Amino acid sequence: MSAVADHVHGHGHAHDHHGGYRGVMRWITTTNHKDIGTLYLWFSFVMFMVGGVMALVIRAELFSPGLQVVDPDFFNQMTTMHGLIMVFGAIMPAFVGFANWQIPMMIGAPDMAFARLNNWSFWLLPFAALLLILSFFVPGGAPGVGWTLYAPLTVQMGIGMDLTIFAIHILGMSSILGSINIITTILNMRAPGMTLMKMPLFCWTWLITAYLLVAAMPVLAGAVTMTLTDRHFGTTFFNAAGGGDPVLYQHIFWFFGHPEVYIIALPAFGVISQVIPAFSRKPLFGYASMVYATAAIAILSFIVWAHHMYTVGMPVTGQLFFMYATTLIAVPTGVKVFNWVATMWRGSLTFETPMLFAIGFLFLFTMGGFTGLVLSLVPIDIQLHDTYYVVAHFHYVMVAGALFAAFAGVYFWLPKWTGRMYDETLGKWHFWLSMIFFNITFFVQHFLGLAGMPRRIPDYPLMFETWNKISSIGAFGFGLSQLLFLYIVLKAIRSGEKAPEKPWEGADSLEWTHLPTPAPYHSFETAPVLK
Amino acid sequence: MATTIHCKSTMLRTAFAAIALAAAGSAGAIQSKYNLAPPVTAIARDIHWLHWMMLIICGVIFVAVFGVMFYSIWAHRKSKGAQPADFHESTKVEVVWTVIPFLIVIGMALPATKTVVAMKDTTNADLTIKVTGYQWKWGYDYLKGEGEGISFMSRLATPREQIEGRQAKGEHYLLEVDNELVVPVGKKVRVLTTAADVVHSWWIPAFGTKQDAIPGFIRDTWFRADKTGVYRGQCVELCGKEHGFMPIVVRVVSQEDYTKWVGEKKKQLAALADDPNRPWTLAELKARGEKVYAANCVACHQANGKGAPPAFPALDGSPLVLGPKEKQIDIVLNGVVKDGKPTAMAAFGKQLNDVEIAAVITFTRNNWGNQTGDAVQPAEVKALRK
Ligand SMILES: [Cu+2]
Repeated sequence: MSAVADHVHGHGHAHDHHGGYRGVMRWITTTNHKDIGTLYLWFSFVMFMVGGVMALVIRAELFSPGLQVVDPDFFNQMTTMHGLIMVFGAIMPAFVGFANWQIPMMIGAPDMAFARLNNWSFWLLPFAALLLILSFFVPGGAPGVGWTLYAPLTVQMGIGMDLTIFAIHILGMSSILGSINIITTILNMRAPGMTLMKMPLFCWTWLITAYLLVAAMPVLAGAVTMTLTDRHFGTTFFNAAGGGDPVLYQHIFWFFGHPEVYIIALPAFGVISQVIPAFSRKPLFGYASMVYATAAIAILSFIVWAHHMYTVGMPVTGQLFFMYATTLIAVPTGVKVFNWVATMWRGSLTFETPMLFAIGFLFLFTMGGFTGLVLSLVPIDIQLHDTYYVVAHFHYVMVAGALFAAFAGVYFWLPKWTGRMYDETLGKWHFWLSMIFFNITFFVQHFLGLAGMPRRIPDYPLMFETWNKISSIGAFGFGLSQLLFLYIVLKAIRSGEKAPEKPWEGADSLEWTHLPTPAPYHSFETAPVLK
Repeated sequence: MATTIHCKSTMLRTAFAAIALAAAGSAGAIQSKYNLAPPVTAIARDIHWLHWMMLIICGVIFVAVFGVMFYSIWAHRKSKGAQPADFHESTKVEVVWTVIPFLIVIGMALPATKTVVAMKDTTNADLTIKVTGYQWKWGYDYLKGEGEGISFMSRLATPREQIEGRQAKGEHYLLEVDNELVVPVGKKVRVLTTAADVVHSWWIPAFGTKQDAIPGFIRDTWFRADKTGVYRGQCVELCGKEHGFMPIVVRVVSQEDYTKWVGEKKKQLAALADDPNRPWTLAELKARGEKVYAANCVACHQANGKGAPPAFPALDGSPLVLGPKEKQIDIVLNGVVKDGKPTAMAAFGKQLNDVEIAAVITFTRNNWGNQTGDAVQPAEVKALRK
């Protein structure tokens, strides 16, 4: 960070202040929040493609009853790795990418607080990804235990299990370092006058998410470490024969796992809370209650974990406690949905691609929320646990929720990041194709679950055939539609129309009002003046 | 107070049941492709109406909220000249839409509470059956009540040829077993679940009964089926390679038929109790061993004995199978333990009797390219049991 950028850079990368490095070395050594944000985003897109191909292998096998494409062992490896890669490799890094790009610009800071640490947080990821992929090529292959890695099935796995455990350790380290950086940046580097309650909601959701990560990731690391020692060092944490308990693993895993849901959802809420006001040309409704609702969701997320475990046979008081606590999460989540709708109410709405994805998010995420409420009731959950109903539910939350929000964010900020506009017509095509194929893929899975199809099976009874066929067709359509997204982004970067200084009329956070387009390499060399 | 609540819930139930019937009308009473299995226990009926209640309440809220949103999309668009209003908060409204959802969700959870308590009440059972999950089959032991002492294994009966597409798939593809669990109608059956290796989960959708089977622990659940018939389900906790191939079939029969079944089953089990002390001929052992192999070994070691290395080694030409008998008997009895951990090669000592183990070993030593001519006698197995 030697030279001072006193001019507005074009989007081309011929800068002379990257410590003198060019080409690949520039990206390896960069400490710039924008470069690192870009790395995160591309990494997550690559992982999204890898995890997507795995999803398509799963859907290809499930197109017809019988075993056609893969053997059951490999099928289990696919479901496991699809889950791990999508959660840890695609969705989480995508939102860290947004955080890197946006938080300094939104709070009026020059960069992230710990620039070198930031570089390291990112460069841990490719090694973790490599370990995960490598596990396919060791004897026994990748673990086929589901992304939840339940004991004691994990003890039966080959060395691929150990590689996965180390990958999770590295991913966790990366997340914790990234979170510390985000917390420090937000708490210490806001421009004068940018009080906490004036921050864009995206920063708030990330601040709270970062705390969730710091609290939850070590718990996961503990769970997988105990698995590792059970496998190799004679401990019996999860083995009854030595005084352990397989259910203990599930408690520890879900103590991490439920906050993890909100680690993914909250930054998505943040993006949506920036996009909807911008295209409604009206400030976010109920800003303060949005902040409180986010905090309430985060706190509640630590006392509901066992709703993933209603069928392990908890005492009745335990089941009732977790049922009531879980239904309560609907309250702050509802407040958010109402606030977004109220923001649109009597606004002056336009429907560019970011807004379309935001509305798609709102519509489908709320459906995922409602099926979550259905599942919160113990008796219904016991019937639907580990069926495709649950698969449908969490894909509404993760794909139509987090992924759609990420698309909204990319289309929204791409002009600011690159100085180029994306092709609006193609963007709309991307939205409608994603929307339609998403629902073809996942809506029918509700029926499969209700009718009794268990999840994680490579073959199924004949009565499930119709819906599985439809779902598989939808999945391939959805997957192919994402190539269009890649094309749109590349086209914008290479030959997009030059973006106007303020492409979105209603956008009012600092990156739009106080920085040129495209944003300069260093955001705010001197802090902006806020009224 | 209690009566009013009861009345209300009865009214609600009637209303929801009417809607449910109307909606289910077209699907018919057989297995629905859209909805929960037709319930045959009180618990499953509760679950059914709870689900309809949730679906309707959530549906109404969804339509209301998104009705507002779509109205806004239609009426407040810039292209129609809409000017943005400048309101951005209202404490009154925000408090209202916090408090009302709070009351609604509590109202949803209250009717579920009674069902939760009922599901947990496993007292006063007429019949107690222990269900043990194995990779990849179910073991049933009748512990208490009529039929006490009956004990058998229940495995997938769908032939491999159907799964691999070399034969047309039957009506109950993947949902058929060699030995069904048989219970009397109208009797409270307590189900104790446990597992021998990893976590499994025992589920009959029509009963609304699902309970994880956890190795080293015993959990319980119950059902009282009020209609005779055959009810099918599957293992619902990922338990390894053949997780998708361990169905559960429960045959609910009348009391008379049940008594008859118990009598027959006991006779059959007595006859089946193989006599390990008499000498068996090679041909007898091979014939018996082929069946044992098909039921227990074929999933991993394959019909052609080639296995799926490295996880599932080949038996054809295996130095172990062609080597000394004692070593092979030991492995089948006690499984393969690597670094102190059990592997996919389970210990069959507790699942198979001496005759079955002797037979299957004889079969593997005299099949495919293996032609040792050895007949392993049940007595040899018996001698090596620890
Ligand atoms: Cu199982």
